[in-house]
Amino acid sequence: MAFRFDSVPAVRTALSDVNYLSDEGIAGVVYLADRLQKPILVEGPAGTGKTQLAKSVAEITGSRLIRLQCYEGLDESKALYEWNYKKQLLRIQTERNTGNSGEAQADGTWKELSDDIFSDEFLLTRPLLEAIRAPDPVVLLIDEVDRVEVETEALLLEILSDYQVSIPELGTISASQIPMVFLTSNNTRELSEALKRRCLFLHIDYPDLDREKEIVLTKVEGVSEHLADQIARIVRSIRTIELKKSPSVSETLDWARTLVLLGIETIDAQQATETLHILLKYKSDIAKATKELATAGAK
Amino acid sequence: MIDLLAGFIQELRRAGLPVSLTEDLDAMEAIKHIPLEDREAFKYALAATLVKSAAHWKAFETVFEVYFSMRGREYTIGDSNADAELQQLMDELQSGEGEQDGTSGEGGGGMEALTPEELAEMLYKAMLNADEAMMRAVARQAVKRFAGMEPGRPVGGTYYLYRTLRNLDLDGVVERMMEAAREQAGGELTPLEERLERDEAEIRSTHIKQEVEAEIRRRLVADRGVDAMARTLRKPLPEDVDFMHASREEMTNLKKALQPLTRKLAVRLARKRRHGRKGSLDFRSTVRHSLSYGGVPAEPKFKYPRPAKPEIFVVADISGSVAAFARFTLQLVYAISGQFSKVRAFVFIDGLDEVTSFFEGEEDINQAVHRVNTEADVVWVDGHSDYGHALEVFHERYGHEVGPRTTVLLLGDARNNYHSSQSWVIKELRHKARHVYWLNPEPRSYWDTGDSIVGEYATHCDGVYECRNLRQLERFVEVLT
Repeated sequence: MAFRFDSVPAVRTALSDVNYLSDEGIAGVVYLADRLQKPILVEGPAGTGKTQLAKSVAEITGSRLIRLQCYEGLDESKALYEWNYKKQLLRIQTERNTGNSGEAQADGTWKELSDDIFSDEFLLTRPLLEAIRAPDPVVLLIDEVDRVEVETEALLLEILSDYQVSIPELGTISASQIPMVFLTSNNTRELSEALKRRCLFLHIDYPDLDREKEIVLTKVEGVSEHLADQIARIVRSIRTIELKKSPSVSETLDWARTLVLLGIETIDAQQATETLHILLKYKSDIAKATKELATAGAK
Repeated sequence: MIDLLAGFIQELRRAGLPVSLTEDLDAMEAIKHIPLEDREAFKYALAATLVKSAAHWKAFETVFEVYFSMRGREYTIGDSNADAELQQLMDELQSGEGEQDGTSGEGGGGMEALTPEELAEMLYKAMLNADEAMMRAVARQAVKRFAGMEPGRPVGGTYYLYRTLRNLDLDGVVERMMEAAREQAGGELTPLEERLERDEAEIRSTHIKQEVEAEIRRRLVADRGVDAMARTLRKPLPEDVDFMHASREEMTNLKKALQPLTRKLAVRLARKRRHGRKGSLDFRSTVRHSLSYGGVPAEPKFKYPRPAKPEIFVVADISGSVAAFARFTLQLVYAISGQFSKVRAFVFIDGLDEVTSFFEGEEDINQAVHRVNTEADVVWVDGHSDYGHALEVFHERYGHEVGPRTTVLLLGDARNNYHSSQSWVIKELRHKARHVYWLNPEPRSYWDTGDSIVGEYATHCDGVYECRNLRQLERFVEVLT
């Protein structure tokens, strides 16, 4: 069995080559997932790069990304596979029209027919099955898995633990190669124990000061070291305030881009408050942050 | 190694983390792939396989520190050669420091020889330059010098921590750093800069605190053994922390835990409402859909019942000991207020006041709670709980507004200071209201002891619930809707 990565630092460098700045924890878990052939359940606040991690891993391993976006009401026919009823109907119609409807052959034809219409040709693959059957290396991303109902989670279990799908009419289809699987969750509900047990768990939190600064430096064009440092510091300061929604990394990046566009080199309090609406999305949050930033923060 | 890991996992389970057998095996498998001398990687490997919820991370970390605190070269401890090693590290640091700026003249003297002033100076330098190795060295030296740890002395780690920190005077150092920053900027800092600098200084001082804590823990583990230490450090998970006895730190954690909880609850309740049991046949819709089957009603459609949302009256005791509980419940109820048609809040100690208006039009619940605590007029005579009088006032002023769709929630420990109970009010309320529930933040075994008269009120309520922690509170709210 060939592994994708040699060591934890190798994962880290590879990720940073595609502009994803990981930390020890992230790289370590990705490496382990590869070695243990286990899915990763990524959890954390919105906008911290959970989905991006899957995309970046696909990029560095040169795999195709197959994405299953979860939503309430997602079912088997949309996640796993579905029979193409219309095509099957057409097939039966054609059979009838060609006219071999003699009583004697009826048994034989029925068997033939049912074998025929439940074959690969009439199978519509959906993301999960597609990931299993793919001959080329793939990364499977199951996005926002907490949005499906608890019962639907069960659909995922077979794939996650054994990398196979059972189709009653066809038998069990096993993976030709083990895909890397990422599940992301925004933690709107507790996932079932069964699902958690099958996964490695990775919690991605807001990055620390240095990492955030690095992210700003790599992702935003034309930002100076000094400005990036200031941005990271102010954002960290804002995150310590109790807010409805703390600024995410993507919002930090938006803010940094805005500041660069405005040609600001050193942020003063006024400029900060004037552009706060990019970082924060609630009126009450903005008011609170404005007030807080104007004070020196002494306790 | 396997024994150690088994003990570690045992301890995790005892701390309340659900670790299954497969996860146990996964962890064993995972560490095969990890170079064991890399402590960080080892930690993440264990975390990824054993901890499946961000809320449990803290508990995991504590147990990990205890079990694996003595592994790794720079973590050796206790005996004389470790001391020598520390000394050496210090010397290196000092000479390095001396070369850099030439100011620290005492280089090579070793730490033992340092005067307290010099140690303080070193701490300041370490913090100013964010020099991790030096911060660690200073922290260790400080513990050695100030904590006064004696083997076998039955004191908790917090005692040593307090002693060490008092001598280090971290606040003073933070102030000095602020001074230095001001000087560097040439005079005054703008409020924004001031704030940023202070953030940085505070973070470094927390870092020192953690180093000190870690050092104390290492020494205690060496003294008392792993198992005993793990036992004393075992803390309840955030959802199990008792409202009435939460420390300040636990309180902050509770607050953090509350927000995702309310979000979860709101989503779940909304779903429950939508996916409730099916109602009667929707004839119109069935016929409409039968058209696609050539007129055969193959797919019956049902009307989904839309149950009326309940009205909620929260009547909370906000005197001393139960205030925290009342605050959490109010916060929770308001966070999911979309699930109710109307929410009204009343608070009392011995007088009673309506505080609904504080919550309405105020987006920030914390702000509203703050206003409740400062502005509500709840004291009638002496500011000691008087349930009887409060209930009487409630009945007199708001009793006529309680209708058949109203659910009344009474929060409090029913410790009435031996005033009259006036439990007839509750009997009356129950006649009019849909439900009357009582939530008591005290353990069930304390009920009806001393001046607690919850039993007397209970006879007139639809239900009395023990509500000591977030888990119980969450369960109750689900019953409610």
